[in-house]
Amino acid sequence: MSTKNRIGVVIGAVLILVWCLLPVAWIISLSFKSQEAITTGSPGFLPRDGGGAGWQNYSDVIADDQFRRAIFNSIGISLIATLLSVIIATLAAYAIARLEFKGKKFVLTTALIIAMFPVVALVGPLFDMWRTFGIYDTWLGLIIPYMSFTLPLAIWTLSAFFREIPWEMEQAAQVDGATSWQAFRKVIVPLAAPGVFTAAILTFFFAWNDFVFGISLTSTEAARPIPAALSFFVGNDPFNRPASLLAAGAVVSTIPIIVIVLLFQRKIVAGLTSGAVKG
Amino acid sequence: MTSTVVAPDSKKDRRKTAQMSDRSKAEERLGQKLVLPAIALMLLVTAFPMLRAIYLSVFNYSLTAPDDREFVGAQNYITALTDPLFWETTLNTVFIMVVTVAVELVIGFIFAMVMHRVIFARGVIRTSILIPYGIITVVSGFAWQFAFSNSNGFVNEWLPFLDNSFNWFGEYGSAIAAIMVSEIWKTTPFMSLLLLAGLAQVSEDMLEAAKVDGATWWQRLWKVVLPNMRSAIMVAVLFRALDAYRIFDNIFVMTAGAQGTESVSFLTYRQVIEQFQLGIGSALSVLLFLSVLVIAGLIVKIFRVDLAAARQEG
Repeated sequence: MSTKNRIGVVIGAVLILVWCLLPVAWIISLSFKSQEAITTGSPGFLPRDGGGAGWQNYSDVIADDQFRRAIFNSIGISLIATLLSVIIATLAAYAIARLEFKGKKFVLTTALIIAMFPVVALVGPLFDMWRTFGIYDTWLGLIIPYMSFTLPLAIWTLSAFFREIPWEMEQAAQVDGATSWQAFRKVIVPLAAPGVFTAAILTFFFAWNDFVFGISLTSTEAARPIPAALSFFVGNDPFNRPASLLAAGAVVSTIPIIVIVLLFQRKIVAGLTSGAVKG
Repeated sequence: MTSTVVAPDSKKDRRKTAQMSDRSKAEERLGQKLVLPAIALMLLVTAFPMLRAIYLSVFNYSLTAPDDREFVGAQNYITALTDPLFWETTLNTVFIMVVTVAVELVIGFIFAMVMHRVIFARGVIRTSILIPYGIITVVSGFAWQFAFSNSNGFVNEWLPFLDNSFNWFGEYGSAIAAIMVSEIWKTTPFMSLLLLAGLAQVSEDMLEAAKVDGATWWQRLWKVVLPNMRSAIMVAVLFRALDAYRIFDNIFVMTAGAQGTESVSFLTYRQVIEQFQLGIGSALSVLLFLSVLVIAGLIVKIFRVDLAAARQEG
């Protein structure tokens, strides 16, 4: 790499870090402004002298039962939905990228239509259905729609990945006597794992991020996920949002994301940069 | 491209036709088995609600007076399509979509190239880029709303040409800019991750060969890198554009639709959830869905990639 390119990469790397972390630093900083300072007005990036709250906002938020419960709900629901969705999507994407069969177009079209459908329009009828089935305001009641709505993204991402895999290796395995299923499991799964991990992360974040289902298919803390809980968290005065309290809640709700990103990130790096997928 | 039932292998070798057709039958069964769970699940949650939305759209139906439901045919569609508010909202939504996706594509590609080439602090950079993506949109909306706020924010202080009391949410231009900043910040990582995945598939040997042949950096980018990652670009643009067109959370949190910043999803939500107008709300949903279909069709056409035909093309 030339020196010029190297400087460009360094500048780019710094830009990425600033881009990604500045708003995070801001919301952390905001979470340390005292609630009194927020009410009277406290402009600026950092809390002013005397306008700091210490850990007060955090202890207030963590002391809140509903908030703790919402974190638990979000982690459980998102993880289960991700796991199931990625397994199902991997099977489907393999078939789409690799096999010839009737109905392939139908699958892709259905996936696309579902990925596009305005969620707001579905919640009314879903509300009715879930009450009939008795899964309204339960984990299952959110896991099912999360799976359905993450499948299109997972299928499309994975089939784009699977296109690029050197399939001759699978054919070689089949020539050596492996069945289609064996070739899939023994040869393709290890090669496809990097793509699957990327799809898993995209899926998890989709479920974690959902707002519309979260508010409309739950009514109590039994299943209410974080985004909905945060939006209900308006404090005593609905006309003056408790910005710093909300910020503390936002930071707490971001911690699980950072943990999961750290866990998965190595696998993505290994997967995306290894030569395994390259032709 | 029409769907091909015959396995391509059989075209190459006609002597084995009988044997191959057995094989392609097995392949067909396996393929259908593998997609069955996905199809079943997707239809379960969407087919009925979708049909119901279409059904309700031809009624004058309000949840506040469910017994007064009456069939009105296309009346809801006519009402929506002749209301200037619908067109203002649509225009605003298209504006948000085009600007955010264009900006994100450029920034996301730059980020992807940096992440692809960077040799230090890879872990830190890739972890950082996943943070905005993982952060809840509602949180991003709050963070940027407070950042732009003139009582508790920092943006006015940091921008030398702005008065510190400037109210970003007081007029359309600045309010929509604030919404777009939140949207772009939050979703650029999605773009760059998918593009990075595409970049990782571009053969280093090919790039090396182009370099040996004297291609400049710019030529290698346009003649080797971009054409080889077309399907990754399509997936990224397609999903982001469709997602941007349905923008809801950021507007909900940041302006609640004030100053004409309302999107089509938000308008629909107001009709269904706030005003209980299920009839016209469903009609708006169907219109929203149709316009999204048109956008998807356009993008697939522009990039000329057919995932189902991928095998033949490759």
